[in-house]
Amino acid sequence: MPSIRAALLVAAIVAALWTGSRSEVTDANTAQGLAAWEQVYSVLTHPRCINCHTATNYPQQGDERRRHVANVVRGPEGKGVPGLNCAGCHQETNADSTGVPGGHNWHLAPLSMRWQDTNDRPLSSAAVCRSLTDRSKNNNLDGPGLLKHNEEEPLVNWAWNPGHRPDGSMRTLPPLTHEEFVAATRRWVEAGTPCPGR
Amino acid sequence: MATYQLIVNGERREVNVDPSTPLLWVLREDLKMTGTKYGCGISACGACTVHLGGIATRSCIVPISHVGDRPIVTIEGIGQDAVGRAVQAAWVETDVVQCGYCQSGQIMSAVALLKHTPRPTEQNIEESMGGNLCRCGTYPRIREAIKTAATQLTKGGA
Repeated sequence: MPSIRAALLVAAIVAALWTGSRSEVTDANTAQGLAAWEQVYSVLTHPRCINCHTATNYPQQGDERRRHVANVVRGPEGKGVPGLNCAGCHQETNADSTGVPGGHNWHLAPLSMRWQDTNDRPLSSAAVCRSLTDRSKNNNLDGPGLLKHNEEEPLVNWAWNPGHRPDGSMRTLPPLTHEEFVAATRRWVEAGTPCPGR
Repeated sequence: MATYQLIVNGERREVNVDPSTPLLWVLREDLKMTGTKYGCGISACGACTVHLGGIATRSCIVPISHVGDRPIVTIEGIGQDAVGRAVQAAWVETDVVQCGYCQSGQIMSAVALLKHTPRPTEQNIEESMGGNLCRCGTYPRIREAIKTAATQLTKGGA
């Protein structure tokens, strides 16, 4: 049955080539996703974002990420405590005449979403990625949910409209525009939210 | 300039001020309610604390345009409910005050604490009062007065 053998051989070669091609596509897709993730990570670790993703009992402020003034503490829900609530200063929008930033539901990210260690050092790209994609830590968000969060959450959007400091100067912005950040998140999500190995 | 309708200590008040004016100065200059004090002007000392929509708020950094229809309670109106009265009584009984400048803010924060946490622990007191500074150092008496008020309230007094 030489014709059958020949047909099987051809089929095996085609299958091998197809698998190899698919593997190359997958590798390229993952590489693009990882590159997109690094862009996302560059935003997440900017002070406008990471200052409220602490591992400690307090938020930070400023580009130098100093401890928040007035002995502000996290509180049980990340919104401060009764005499010293986040909303006691931070209103629904920025107050440029007094330099106090504001946004809807101003609060700290939960400890499960900390992106720093307890010495206030940013966690590695791999560690933040693992945390962000762990649905037991991220409020049960899947990839599209993470994309929606980065696209629509008011406090995420605030990072690109942080208002003036009390001295009248503008607060610094993350390294990407919000549109670029969302596009990078989308590429990362479409690649299957790959995380760096270490 | 713009006109704002405010509810202060249960009364409707109207002011015509620049929208960027901090609530503190509207209270003190326009409504002549000088019980609320100016301390640091940057929300770091707590002297200007009022309740805005039930939340202890630093009035020195909240522009009047951000107040909206949320009710405002100041030190002048703090005795309108049981918690406020209990704190007032405890403050007198404990003889908390020395110079007194920060005490309006201290009392406003203490009342906010007790309204949310009727039986505060030492840590609750430390954290909730941590943003209210007192240069006379009356902190031990403030803590004692808060505990006295809490005891009084949980006994059903005041």
